[in-house]
Amino acid sequence: MAAKTRRYSARDMAVLVIGLGVAIVVNVGVIWGPALASIGLSGTDWSGIGPIEWVGGQNYHDLAAEYPPFWSAVRNNVLWLGFLALVATPFGLFCAVLLDRRLRMSRFYQSALYMPVVLSLAVVGFIAQLVYSSDYGVLNSVTGLSVDWLGDSSINIWVVMVAAAWRHVGYVMVIYLAGLKAVDPALKEAAAIDGASERQAFFRVVFPTLRPVNVIVLVITVIEALRAFDIVYAINRGRNGLELLSVLVTENIVGEASRIGFGSAIAVILLAISVGFIATYLSQMFREER
Amino acid sequence: MDQRLPISRRHLLLGAAATFGVPAVLAGCGSDSPAPGPGGNLGTVTIGSNASDEIPKRTLETVVKGFTQATTRINTVDHNTFQENINRYLRGTPEDVFTWFAGYRMQFFAEQGLAVDISDVWQEIGADYTQAFKDQSTGVDGKQYFVPFSYYPWAVFYRKSLWEENGYEVPATLDELTALARRMQGDDIIPIAFADKDGWPAMGTFDILNMRLNGYDFHISLMQGKQSWTDPKVRQVFDTWRGLMEFHQPAALGRTWQEAAQSLAQKQTGMYVLGMFVAQQFPEADRDDLDFFTFPEINPAYGTDSIDAPIDGYMISAKARNVEGAKALLKHFAQASSQNVATELDPGTLAASSKADTSGYSALQKRGAELVSQATHIAQFLDRDTRPDFASTVMIPSLQSFVSEPDEIESLLASIEQQKANIFR
Repeated sequence: MAAKTRRYSARDMAVLVIGLGVAIVVNVGVIWGPALASIGLSGTDWSGIGPIEWVGGQNYHDLAAEYPPFWSAVRNNVLWLGFLALVATPFGLFCAVLLDRRLRMSRFYQSALYMPVVLSLAVVGFIAQLVYSSDYGVLNSVTGLSVDWLGDSSINIWVVMVAAAWRHVGYVMVIYLAGLKAVDPALKEAAAIDGASERQAFFRVVFPTLRPVNVIVLVITVIEALRAFDIVYAINRGRNGLELLSVLVTENIVGEASRIGFGSAIAVILLAISVGFIATYLSQMFREER
Repeated sequence: MDQRLPISRRHLLLGAAATFGVPAVLAGCGSDSPAPGPGGNLGTVTIGSNASDEIPKRTLETVVKGFTQATTRINTVDHNTFQENINRYLRGTPEDVFTWFAGYRMQFFAEQGLAVDISDVWQEIGADYTQAFKDQSTGVDGKQYFVPFSYYPWAVFYRKSLWEENGYEVPATLDELTALARRMQGDDIIPIAFADKDGWPAMGTFDILNMRLNGYDFHISLMQGKQSWTDPKVRQVFDTWRGLMEFHQPAALGRTWQEAAQSLAQKQTGMYVLGMFVAQQFPEADRDDLDFFTFPEINPAYGTDSIDAPIDGYMISAKARNVEGAKALLKHFAQASSQNVATELDPGTLAASSKADTSGYSALQKRGAELVSQATHIAQFLDRDTRPDFASTVMIPSLQSFVSEPDEIESLLASIEQQKANIFR
């Protein structure tokens, strides 16, 4: 078979062209095209009207050196990722493990934890305002504090991340719960018979079998952290301590501001960060398959 | 960035729209509502409107109904979406006539050749407007591009009953204002209501302090990027503001203007620097208790000769298909009778025409008209007097950072100046 050259019939060719061609056109048209256009525009000073003027790396210099919201946005995106990955996700796993033990009323807990997931993050943003507002918020009136949770730029990112995590925990919990149900009980039994403690059984036996689920959860967490936008936009349009890269892109490009070149430069930075994660993830996957 | 109205829900919509890339199809997503009319000899005139709130929308429909020389069709688009997409809108397939703002915001687009020169219309309607209104309708080339329709002044609002109870008097100078604020603090009232969560209300305070200290001409030239932000005069504005900070309602960055207005209505705060739309937050019964005074004098050289009073009106797009009909419609908008219809339906605004009948005004509207007629210079508000990109991406974050750290003036001004140089190049 190996020596024989494969021949394609006209029909095969047609199928190939349609099957592959459409995918390539769509891929280039909606993914690579705009991405490359953004990179190109990021080197210009285009306002959306009038001529496009090449300014080289000027936009990058301006945003790194003279645009204060940029660094707080980078910091916030990193914080967001760290918080979801190190606090919210493990907590979701913890909840899943507890619920998997068939506690009394576990259905109730399960629903309660999952409820926020059906809300859009923008709605979570509105709920967060009802809770955190310094004048009429639930938190201040219950505790008697008078903290400006959303207005103080040194704390608002933390309370907003708690609100975002509220939703993320439920999401992660459900995925892990499904994974845990699929773990063969015989494995746990075998571990118990071999004298493993609960903790050992979980970390040495159950958790490693959850590997495929872990990968999915990791990807979801990274995506959630990089695309975060709606919750801060709903709260204060992503300003004053709640800057995120996605918000800065929108603020500069979509708004009346029309600093398309400058906004594209921020978008390119966001792209570079995303590509970093995606490349690491993919290379990891391919290495293991080999 | 022109949110004079309660629009947190709009922000959400806008965010959603932005996420899905919807704004690009602005022209197609409005709702067409043909206004009934007999149809005159000038064909059809189309109107692109940002009057998406109920009252302004009904107002426009009513006013247009009175126009008989041509058939009209109104395309209403969400207020903020309209604004955010104005660039693309005017270069795409705009309607003949569109709603817009006076001043630099208008000049910016006129300069790009996106609006039609209507100096001939002004020869007819000129007598109905004061010079200040005409100036705000004039492009940098000296021609007119805009017809003013309505406006509202910014001032210091207070509740008469609270002031009478405590025997407070309207301050005429900064020292009197400070003394009054101290007295209020003694009476356990927060002197000045303040909110800047939305980013723009603090601009009103900056504007008025700058105009009182340095005069209208300096203010406008600063807005146009011709003055340095590190100028000692600008520094003095922030210094003065910092001096007043102790009288401002704390935690302003977490509060919306609506909440601050509520605190004024509930007599927790003594006064509030805002536009006349503050009345929206007052229950019907309390509206008569609302009064205002113009921000007190600081520099005797300028007295109280300038105020912020943003003007809304109409322009003709360069791509208009029916310019004759559009001009006739603008003349209709300029008529006092049209504007009277509007001020009656919408008590938060005043008629721009000096011929308008003010006898139907509420007490507050009357006082507003009086205030504006006394002003020599009318500014349009920071985000309308400067480049939109400068206002939204530089001034909003900068003023918010000043509000949270009023002592960091030096580095803040240096940063504004650097960013200004990148934008005004």
